[in-house]
Amino acid sequence: MNNYDVIIIGAGVSGSAVARELSKYQLRTVVLDRNSDIGEGTSKANSGIVHAGFDAKPGTLKAKLNVEGSKMMPTLAKDLGIPFMQNGSMVVALSDEDIPHMQELYERGITNGVKDLRILTREEALSMEPNLSDDTKGALFAPTGGIICPFRLTSALAENANINGVDFHLLTEVTDIHAENGGYRIDAIRYGEFDGKRTEISYHASLIINAAGVYADKFHNMMTDDKLTITPRKGEYCLLDVTAGTHVGRTIFRMPSSLGKGILVSPTIHGNLLVGPTATDLDDKEGIYTTQEGLDAVNRPGASAVKDLPMREVITSFAGLRPHGDRGDFVIGEIEGHPNFIDVAAIESPGLTASPAIGVMVAKMVEERLHPDKNPNFTGTLKPFTYMKRLPLEEQKALIEKDPAYGNIICRCASVSEGEILETIRRPLGARTLDGVKRRTGANMGRCQGGFCYPKVMEILSRELNIPMDKITKKGYGSNILTGEIKQTEERS
Amino acid sequence: MNERIYDAIIVGGGPAGLAAALSLKDNNITDILILERDKELGGILNQCIHNGFGLHTFNEELTGPEYAARYIKMTEEAGIPYQLNTMVMDIQPVEENGKVFKAVTAMSATYGMQMLKAKAVLLAMGCREKPRGALNIPGYRPAGIYSAGTAQKFVNIDGLMPGKEVVILGSGDIGLIMARRMTLEGAKVKLVAEIMPYSGGLKRNIVQCLDDFHIPLLLSHTVIRILGEKRVEGVVIAKVDDNLKPIPGTEEEIKCDTLLLSVGLIPENELSRNMGIEMSAATRGAVVDDYLQTSCPGVFACGNVLHVHDLVDNVSKEAVTAGKNAADYIHSFGDQDTTLTNAVDPDTPLMKKFAARNATKNGVNPNDIITNADGSMTYTLPCINCPAGCIVQVTLKDGVVTDVSGNTCDRGETYARNEVTAPVRIVTSSVKVSGSDKPVVSVKTKDAIPKGKIDACIDAIRDLTIPAPVSIGDVIIPNVADTGIELIATSPASAL
Repeated sequence: MNNYDVIIIGAGVSGSAVARELSKYQLRTVVLDRNSDIGEGTSKANSGIVHAGFDAKPGTLKAKLNVEGSKMMPTLAKDLGIPFMQNGSMVVALSDEDIPHMQELYERGITNGVKDLRILTREEALSMEPNLSDDTKGALFAPTGGIICPFRLTSALAENANINGVDFHLLTEVTDIHAENGGYRIDAIRYGEFDGKRTEISYHASLIINAAGVYADKFHNMMTDDKLTITPRKGEYCLLDVTAGTHVGRTIFRMPSSLGKGILVSPTIHGNLLVGPTATDLDDKEGIYTTQEGLDAVNRPGASAVKDLPMREVITSFAGLRPHGDRGDFVIGEIEGHPNFIDVAAIESPGLTASPAIGVMVAKMVEERLHPDKNPNFTGTLKPFTYMKRLPLEEQKALIEKDPAYGNIICRCASVSEGEILETIRRPLGARTLDGVKRRTGANMGRCQGGFCYPKVMEILSRELNIPMDKITKKGYGSNILTGEIKQTEERS
Repeated sequence: MNERIYDAIIVGGGPAGLAAALSLKDNNITDILILERDKELGGILNQCIHNGFGLHTFNEELTGPEYAARYIKMTEEAGIPYQLNTMVMDIQPVEENGKVFKAVTAMSATYGMQMLKAKAVLLAMGCREKPRGALNIPGYRPAGIYSAGTAQKFVNIDGLMPGKEVVILGSGDIGLIMARRMTLEGAKVKLVAEIMPYSGGLKRNIVQCLDDFHIPLLLSHTVIRILGEKRVEGVVIAKVDDNLKPIPGTEEEIKCDTLLLSVGLIPENELSRNMGIEMSAATRGAVVDDYLQTSCPGVFACGNVLHVHDLVDNVSKEAVTAGKNAADYIHSFGDQDTTLTNAVDPDTPLMKKFAARNATKNGVNPNDIITNADGSMTYTLPCINCPAGCIVQVTLKDGVVTDVSGNTCDRGETYARNEVTAPVRIVTSSVKVSGSDKPVVSVKTKDAIPKGKIDACIDAIRDLTIPAPVSIGDVIIPNVADTGIELIATSPASAL
């Protein structure tokens, strides 16, 4: 039995944000996640937008935590070295009917406490963003809207929690929870990193935080008859090459509909252009596949408020599942009749933005219940990760002189050096898979999608982790890149 | 820091870069530097271990590594300096003392960050393959989806297998070559699907890479879905209509663990684009004048970075021209005026020729057999000797060839005679090496062997490991599979 004060189920952005806040206390905390890396669920496949906060209905947790999270983000990004930029966002009115809605949205934003909101005329909007649709009637402009690296946000929160004492047990899938000895017992399966071999493992803790994303309803419903339903709401995206990255400068939404914020067009913090998402409700919580219909919907001219999208520059497409709850808001709080079982559920948009504020809110609830002492050794900053191409030339030069690995370019498309890849592998909770390296460095995220750098990144992983090439995976056991050596032809006969 | 001004810097040490460097040298330019991002010279040729290179340049049929080795040797002998593992990050024209120099920023572990300058720059960065994203195939994003060239690197350079049951999308030459290569290494290649009604690859490759191994080529078919979440478990293919849209009801699920993509090549022009030189939408390379000079004076382009070539021999030829023109530019550098732009026209006959080549469509292999009135049989076959792919008619009566027509060279006649009586093939593969930093060396049969002996030849090298050092031309097996033909090394491996 592994004894902890707090168990967090789910190492996504919410779980990791809560873990970081809890690491400010003297608590034995563990985060359990079934995947092989931090943030392998919803946190890895979303828009990477820091929403200003005008969209959510006033008085909801969504509205409150969005605005708070958005205000926390610049400092957090600086402290943890997360690529972040306040590029501003626009919601574009494309018809006369949109105008009153735009006004409503403006007023909602003011009520929610969003700063510096402005309504732009067609001319103002077009002068700022010349590629807006010809139908543009006006736009709501929020200068505090931003873009962030969702991968680094999640992994940096986790890493910071980890160096302050929080354990992360990956490849650990929670199968059962029951009340035991004034706390909770968790039964789980631990998967072998390379073979997926299943081992049973149990945990006990005084307090459980259910941050299990699309599976949060499963754990909630184990405890209570007051059922919660989380519907996986699929969003499909196309990612365009950096050559298209300046098609717009700001994040461009069109007026929202009942199914969400519509197809947005935004530069990403890595300099690409992102177009999406769709919104399709699924039954399948593992349905992270793209569909022809979805990609067609993203590609349809007029789907967004931006014209002349250079869709031939698409380098990849992907799908993510938003954990859409049936209660109209984030579900954050204790389950009635189950003291110290706290849901952090239905964290759909604007969940990424809200995550730092969710962490603070949940930590406060834990403090009220467990009365822990402060952790006097808490360090709220991380040694910044080196992003070579963001450094001035002189600094790059000095760095290579100090450590030549930073001069060895591995990923041609995104100019990622061997030094950066080594860093991501060697850091706490470091990368162990190709996707892990990709999300942390951008290597094989570029236009060739790993065509050139896959073998090179694999060699580095193999060397650093001391595992043979054919054991290297894309995203954990079962996703091996290679099937063996050449000339192994036993299956031929 | 290296701040001296070179006469010429060549970006890329593949076939284009090496031929350009040698051409500069032949034209009395000696102050040259080649910058190569890989750990050896030769570019992509090093992984193209199949034969078919060099018929025009050397008048003999070589494998990729052999072709590269000849140019590397000439480069070494000419004493042309080069830097390996060095990535050019940026090129910009700079005006200094009334002259336009080219500032080249390069990065490497060995040489650090270098800001170099040159009078002329030759762009020879080659091309890359289109990835899955460019196709927008729906489905999961599992392991097991690779461009054919990535698979080629794994198999031919690293001696590693990317999969066991393979579907190939796109019938580009690398895909066809890899269909054969994976088959020879024990994988099952189930089919090649091509969305167009014709193949994008050379006829010779359809014959000797697909037909020889009974691998079906499905024209007007594409992959519409990828199955499997962690590793590819299958693909769904469908027939497409005239608008290339999948036809409902024609879907078929094919079980496989690997999808290789061979859907086209794109000149790799990020550096060119960043320096602001004018690009052609038709070729995706730079727009050049008749001297292969780009819109930036003193910047020349050649090889696959300019437009995708079918044949490396033509790359070498183009690079010789670019090198000569660059030499002329450098010789008259003192007399140049300081214009920052060179007027280029995307509609010159030369540019149109590049674009047309790029759009070349290779017809379906017409292996027709007609029975004539006199009982003789006339076979229509594409000659596989070189990329020209001449269609040859050969008539056979009572097992004797009575007529050959349509060939444009003697090799074509020999091929056609053999093909209908006793077909032969040159076999290319690799052999494991011990005591070297290279896991494998590539090999070939020194001459063609009977087609029926291919399997025996592959069996003979399956469990073979040879000690380093290995030099090109070393005899690995004197009489492979009792054919009387030598199996020889086509790439070197030095001892540790």
